[in-house]
Amino acid sequence: MDKKKSTATAKAEKQEPATEMTGAEMVIRALKDQGVKHIFGYPGGAVLPIYDSLFQDNELVHVLVRHEQGAVHAAEGYARSTGKPGVVLVTSGPGATNAVTGLTDALMDSVPLVVITGQVATHLIGNDAFQECDTVGITRPCTKHNWLVRDVKDLPRVMHEAFHIATTGRPGPVVVDIPKDVQFKKGVYNGSSAIRHRTYAPRLDPDPEAIRAAVRMMAAAKRPVFYSGGGIINSGPEASRLLRELVRMTGFPITSTLMGLGAFPASDKQWLGPIGMHGTYEANLCANRCDLLIALGSRFDDRVTGRVDAFSPGSKKIHLDIDPSQINKNIRVDLPIIGDAARALRAMIDAWREEKLVADPGIASWWVQIAQWRSKNSLSFKNSTTVIKPQYAIDRLYEATKGKKTFVTTEVGQHQMWAMQRFKFEEPNHWMTSGGLGTMGYGLPAAVGVQMAHPDALVIDIAGEASVQMTMQEMSTAVQYDLPIKIFILNNEYMGMVRQWQELLHGGRYSHSYSEALPDFVKLAEAYGAVGIRATKPDELDAKIAEMIAVKRPVLFDCRVDQKENCYPMIPSGAAHDQMILADSEDEPEVSEEGKMMV
Amino acid sequence: MQKDPRIETHTIVVAVDNEPGVLARVIGLFAGRGYNIESLTVAETDRAAHTSRITVVTSGTPAVIEQIKAQLGRLVPVHRVVDITTEKPGIEREMALVKVAGTGEKRVEAMRVSQVFRAKALDTSHTSFVFEITGVPAKIDAFIELMRPLGLVEVSRTGIAAISRGPEPM
Repeated sequence: MDKKKSTATAKAEKQEPATEMTGAEMVIRALKDQGVKHIFGYPGGAVLPIYDSLFQDNELVHVLVRHEQGAVHAAEGYARSTGKPGVVLVTSGPGATNAVTGLTDALMDSVPLVVITGQVATHLIGNDAFQECDTVGITRPCTKHNWLVRDVKDLPRVMHEAFHIATTGRPGPVVVDIPKDVQFKKGVYNGSSAIRHRTYAPRLDPDPEAIRAAVRMMAAAKRPVFYSGGGIINSGPEASRLLRELVRMTGFPITSTLMGLGAFPASDKQWLGPIGMHGTYEANLCANRCDLLIALGSRFDDRVTGRVDAFSPGSKKIHLDIDPSQINKNIRVDLPIIGDAARALRAMIDAWREEKLVADPGIASWWVQIAQWRSKNSLSFKNSTTVIKPQYAIDRLYEATKGKKTFVTTEVGQHQMWAMQRFKFEEPNHWMTSGGLGTMGYGLPAAVGVQMAHPDALVIDIAGEASVQMTMQEMSTAVQYDLPIKIFILNNEYMGMVRQWQELLHGGRYSHSYSEALPDFVKLAEAYGAVGIRATKPDELDAKIAEMIAVKRPVLFDCRVDQKENCYPMIPSGAAHDQMILADSEDEPEVSEEGKMMV
Repeated sequence: MQKDPRIETHTIVVAVDNEPGVLARVIGLFAGRGYNIESLTVAETDRAAHTSRITVVTSGTPAVIEQIKAQLGRLVPVHRVVDITTEKPGIEREMALVKVAGTGEKRVEAMRVSQVFRAKALDTSHTSFVFEITGVPAKIDAFIELMRPLGLVEVSRTGIAAISRGPEPM
């Protein structure tokens, strides 16, 4: 142990007398000292001592999932809806490898997780022991950091460091791998103290010079647009509040990424709707034609930018991010600002006031232009009286839940994009979706996690019939813990987004994208001890949705929708923002050879 | 494929905590993100402080080099990342052990060339030498090329070690 670390420990010892306990007891104690209330997990040979300590504890609530992937997604839902870290406890070998998808998902979307994995005893490591795998090796590229704790002396420090690293800076998942013998060994527990890591120190305060330069650029802009992202939500509710203040005081239009929805209220007149591949016409055209793009906690993902060399070609760009590696990664920017979103936003607001800046009067004609783009009504669709259109289903669901304390999770695909387009989020932390990794099967377990954190809220997973089958087993978890989650399945009997791309790129040859041999979701719900509801006609939808919301039990809602509906608007891969396909477009979209290579 | 004319070679020094797996993190980063490693040197440099120094020679466009440095800086056990090629002009050296076997005129010539290069003979038999040579990589390349026709058997190179010029630490 190095000197600085021992000083940190010495301080902790002063706070409370050191106590001797087993490694397993240390884990439970450290979790409680970190303020953890809920953990999601699955027992197995290599974590039995920790599960035994858990048995003897009566404060921590453990949620037994049905598959470790479900535990990690549940913890993600828990974390995103509360702002607190999600905690997972799984065994070695398959327990750890099953967690890998969730870890990668959390890394891509910057979700703070502490995942504790059991490991075979230290003397067996490297021997191909039963349920052994190189957990730290496997999870190294899909965690923010990870540890193999070979000595019980290091365990308290690593546990507290794990929370510190997962939750500070750009949040992310961490793994603490604990061999079984370390769980049995006795050692001295040290409480958490202000951890001062000797190498890890994310920069939080932005450079005041950069802030001043930013507000001056903003005041000079004639066609500005804010483009905010998940970083605002990760920074905490204060960042969302400050974002609203800044946007309103400047009068600029604002769009957001998929991950950033809710940071700015969708009902506001300055809101353009989401940006990107399935974003609105006005949001993408604003990004394309603006003279100043102000990126706040967003990372210029390829789903946002489309063709990079044609992305926002005539603009100056400001990029605020807490992670320096995001600057100039995909898109070259003129003014980087490194720091925490809330602090930077506050500094921008203060600087704007101090310098008595006002927006350029030119933005009035920018708003006129935006009004023209808006009049395209790019999210419109042709409704039907005979078949439920998926867009209509989401609109009705939104109307029925408006004004209630509602949290929405999604799976991945067309339904996710329709939910992004049509469900209006007014507050941060109410929208949980798998953005970066695009993990089908995320939404159902994520809903379990959200409902654990918010027992009285209405938690809805907007799902597709293909995605939801990937983690359907967690219905059993929902039933066990009386979690009244609503799984609203837009069932079109296709992997809709795959089919849409096959139409666009592969001559409509639907290679294995049809959902055959589907279960009867109503009977399946009943088999789990949940409630099954089916809607097949538009005129019965409202009553069935009302029934779903009224029942205080988990529901599988089989909403039979138009099988061939596609999700528009769409920027085909490899195209620029001003080459959007709209729903009523007559032209066959053309995709370049280069575009076809992109995912 | 034609080589991108903007490709530059940079020597980057990374100070890290000497903890298990730290090298795997650095190498995994390069492999996972598709960056090049042309040379890599690692050793503990301060036993008391438990720190190691990794010197890596990499190549890429200026934007890629910038990304590499930012990504390295993001790793938790990394103390500092310094670009010896641009930020702090430095000195680079590499050492090689070169085995040459031969008799007669070739053997004499190998000895003569080694003196020109100020290489040291570490091992000798009637039919072979092992030379130690230190210098910039280009000098070592030149030495190896000259040894090739003289009975070059085997080469072991350390990779580059680098340090900045002047009184300041990096």
